[in-house]
Amino acid sequence: MKTSELQYIELFRQCRQMLDAGSTPVLNALRDEAMAAFERLGLPTRKVERYKYTDVPAAFAPDYGLNLQRKDIPANVQDNFRCDVPNLSTHLIYSINDVPQPSPAAASTFNTFDETSGGIFIGSLAEASRQRSELVALYYGRLTDLQDNALAALNTAFCQDGIFVYVPRNQRLQQPLQLINLLRSSVDMMVNRRLLIVLEEGAEATLLLCDHAMDTVSFLTTQVIEVHCADNAHLNLYEVEETHTKCHRFSNVFIQAGRDCTVTHNNLTIFNGLTRNTTDVVIAGENTEVTLNGCVVADKNQHVDNNTLIDHRVPNCRSHELYKYVADDAATGAFAGRILVRQDAQKTDSKMTNANLCASTEAHVYSQPMLEIYADDVKCSHGSTVGVLDTQQLFYMQQRGIPTEEARMLLKFAFVGQVIDEITLQPLRERLHYIVEKRFRGELSKCTGCALCK
Amino acid sequence: MLEIKNLHATVGGKEILRGINLTIRDGEIHAVMGTNGAGKSTLCNVIVGHPAYTVTEGSITLDGQDLLAMSIEERAHAGVFMSFQHPIEIPGVSMVNFMRTAVNARRQALGLEPLKSTDFLKLMREKRALVDIDNRLVNRSVNEGFSGGEKKRNEIFQMAMLDPSFCILDETDSGLDVDALRVVAEGFNKIRTEQTSAIVITHYQRLLDYIKPDVVHVLLNGQLVKTGGPELAQQIEKQGFDWIKEELNA
Repeated sequence: MKTSELQYIELFRQCRQMLDAGSTPVLNALRDEAMAAFERLGLPTRKVERYKYTDVPAAFAPDYGLNLQRKDIPANVQDNFRCDVPNLSTHLIYSINDVPQPSPAAASTFNTFDETSGGIFIGSLAEASRQRSELVALYYGRLTDLQDNALAALNTAFCQDGIFVYVPRNQRLQQPLQLINLLRSSVDMMVNRRLLIVLEEGAEATLLLCDHAMDTVSFLTTQVIEVHCADNAHLNLYEVEETHTKCHRFSNVFIQAGRDCTVTHNNLTIFNGLTRNTTDVVIAGENTEVTLNGCVVADKNQHVDNNTLIDHRVPNCRSHELYKYVADDAATGAFAGRILVRQDAQKTDSKMTNANLCASTEAHVYSQPMLEIYADDVKCSHGSTVGVLDTQQLFYMQQRGIPTEEARMLLKFAFVGQVIDEITLQPLRERLHYIVEKRFRGELSKCTGCALCK
Repeated sequence: MLEIKNLHATVGGKEILRGINLTIRDGEIHAVMGTNGAGKSTLCNVIVGHPAYTVTEGSITLDGQDLLAMSIEERAHAGVFMSFQHPIEIPGVSMVNFMRTAVNARRQALGLEPLKSTDFLKLMREKRALVDIDNRLVNRSVNEGFSGGEKKRNEIFQMAMLDPSFCILDETDSGLDVDALRVVAEGFNKIRTEQTSAIVITHYQRLLDYIKPDVVHVLLNGQLVKTGGPELAQQIEKQGFDWIKEELNA
């Protein structure tokens, strides 16, 4: 066991009481099991197939502070922070590091399981587990692959709170829910973030998660999102990362869908330091449709690694996957997508596409599309490309008087724009086009108070 | 006025142009005809600055400005426009965005304010009518899914938008049916002013029935070997190039 792991194991032992005190029995119940798994597994090295493109132990080696005492971090978020997706009528909630913030008025009606709001709950996971411990215990940690996933295990061992989104049977979130995750600290900080989404039968929700960093210190974030979609549930989950070059993000998304569901997950990495997103989807009910999309804009020394698994366990389901990367300067991108079609999953219709653009000679993108099929009556395809900017297109644009840099920008923008076009929420689609264009122009303002963002 | 003096150019180390001398005064249309591989497209590409071609000797000036010292886009800002033989498709870049960027880049180079959105759209509508191009097409990505004829029409539309002083029509007639050819050629005639000069590259007299040249050149083996009036094009249409080659050998 190397130092990367030891510091977390020792910290856990020393601070176990503090961890428990700052949380609730439902969350505390999984800690020992999670830490035992973490000790056994250790952080995945590049020798582990799913982590061959990202050096995890190196990212966890530095000494980060943790806010185990749950101290309030002073930040008047509504005043200090403007997320770049306005014009979008949403329920807005904030989380600073891993601490959910008291909800602004619009969403506050949902932080009890009140019948007047249809039993919908949106708010602190710890608070939810105090009000309805049996409900939260039914779902919390159930999809997290603790025995195999060291990062999810580590998150579970240290997680003290998070956000719980619960939409009961046949209820629907009338407005999209926007969760703004702000990173805020004066010292290098580790954040263990958790989101539990439960859509009961026939429920519908659209969620937008925005990651921002307000301070220029280093951040190490582990994130676990568990999504339970019961039969006929419909979920759109959008994630936008717009942090800075000293942010290290390790996200694990676990989605389980029953029958007749539509689930869309769209993961956009607009600005970051080092990012590893793992997305695992289990399709457990027939006639369900799953879409996993992502787009990555990376330059400087940025590193983005997306790793996905779609597990078709039952017949007659569809899945689509589209990931596009633009890597410039000395950036590194990696995409590994696996579609597993089990023996019973006849009539599966699945398509995976990964297309990448290396805009400089130093940029690297690794692409690894995988189909693993055990059924004999399926339609599956996968495709992968890595290319450079098209010189004929550049020449054509320049001949029309468009300056070289502008032409390159338009081509890069057009390339990832295809992923954004897939977003069904129109104001968000337009806003993301705008943000990505600003990103390519180097005009991303992001958040006030953050020097790195400017 | 475009002046080409003793122009030599290579592509991939192979010499294609071997000493071109050509002067085109404002308002003149010069047709350049020649066999396949004679260097017609090379001449066009060298004028606009295609990076695959290397000029080894000679000069090109437009109104006294040294074109060879300018970048591709600077040449465009100076008023050079090429209608491509094979227009390029650019998926994901809308015609509107493409044109707006191009028009405003040229305006900026000329020290003008960018066009306001409403003025730009008005300009689009006006120029669209000249070449009878469908609104549907300008709302699509650049040339994506356009038919051969639509692509050529789109070239002339872009020419109208950018208002160049010197135009190159590189085999604008290739791949066009008779009706489309007429629309495209008439579009060009509507756009051009008394000051507009042009090089028209073609294999056929047909295009020159619509775009009447003042001068016709024959380009063979990297050199302009014969120059005449419009009647020269008619003679080539009837007799081909062999008689010119024989004249040269004699």
